[in-house]
Amino acid sequence: MEALLSLAVKAIFVENLALSFFLGMCTFIAVSKKISTAIGLGISVMVVQSITVPANNLILTYLLAPGALSWAGFADVDLTFLGLISYIGVIAALVQILEMVLDKYFPPLYNALGVFLPLITVNCAILGGSLFMVERSYDFAESVTYGISSGFGWALAITAMAGVREKLKYSDIPDGLQGLGITFITAGLMAMAFMSFSGVKL
Amino acid sequence: MAHKRREMLIDPLVDNNPITLQVLGICSALAVTSSLQVAFVMAIAVTLVTAFASLFISMIRSQIPGSIRIIVQMVIIASLVILVDQVLKAFAYEISKTLSVFVGLIITNCIVMGRAEAFAMKNGPIDSFIDGVGNGLGYGLILMLVGVIRELFGSGSLFGVTILETVNNGGWYVPNGMLLLPPSAFFIIGLIIWAFRTWKPGQVEEREYKIQTVEAH
Repeated sequence: MEALLSLAVKAIFVENLALSFFLGMCTFIAVSKKISTAIGLGISVMVVQSITVPANNLILTYLLAPGALSWAGFADVDLTFLGLISYIGVIAALVQILEMVLDKYFPPLYNALGVFLPLITVNCAILGGSLFMVERSYDFAESVTYGISSGFGWALAITAMAGVREKLKYSDIPDGLQGLGITFITAGLMAMAFMSFSGVKL
Repeated sequence: MAHKRREMLIDPLVDNNPITLQVLGICSALAVTSSLQVAFVMAIAVTLVTAFASLFISMIRSQIPGSIRIIVQMVIIASLVILVDQVLKAFAYEISKTLSVFVGLIITNCIVMGRAEAFAMKNGPIDSFIDGVGNGLGYGLILMLVGVIRELFGSGSLFGVTILETVNNGGWYVPNGMLLLPPSAFFIIGLIIWAFRTWKPGQVEEREYKIQTVEAH
């Protein structure tokens, strides 16, 4: 339990997907102009992330890993090279299913998050989360924790960023830095702030 | 025609750069630039994937039904990335370890998808291929620029060859450790964007609010 807790804190702060691995930057920069949309996107990422990472973990353990197919009689088959294409397939399919389920059963939530869901398929943070899960060989419980907390970390970062940018638009910025340039520099300062968590030992 | 193609190749380098103007594919641009060698490999990989993805998607563009085109594009891109990944693992294992997940993340690199969707679905295979190469190079240009700054001033070397002798090795240069850390990449790209936009004022974004100047009476 303690190990899971420390993994969660690490995924939220120390190894924040957006600010220390730069994942999901395209959407991070593009959709952080208003706090309300940022929160909506953040929540969608969190939901999708906490479903896809464990799902991909199951696929890895029971289908792709060396010897994983022994239940079907193929003990020496190693399908790990199919990893990338299966993960992105799972993500695309899950996003599609989530969209349909939300549309059918939770229309208000669908109206709030609907526009962001297609964006999430190509969000590097989602695929990145699954790839980190593979690289660090998390087990199922760890990947559930990692999925939820890394999604939360990303949501936190984009919400904070939107808060800064809402204030920033009233300030007097040199012409060339206007918009994209100053956003990058702000993100850099935020990343530095998040680095101060890196000393935290749990 | 030849003239137009050359323009298609050169235009994304500065005038229509995928990173500084279209804000595409920033994720990996920031993460892999702390050493030039890695940035170079990444730039080549992305250029190849973008070019060939555009080529193949353009070749089958009239056969792809509109409703499932994203999935078809994804499958083509993912297959190409798997190819790149396997080649890197076989011939440059060290670099593939440093790049870790970022090779896989070429799949979700918005440049590849963006060019496939915006250009390859509407144009012929050869044009799409050239457009892919051009955009890959535009991405590579920024990547190398950031890589040069970070490696030269962060650890005093280029491609692992020492240029500025650092204090630790008995030289004179005190390396700027900050440049090896993630946040510096944000600052450098921000400053590069500033430089580009001062050079080409047409790229400057509109202000949302005008600053009122008080006139002296």
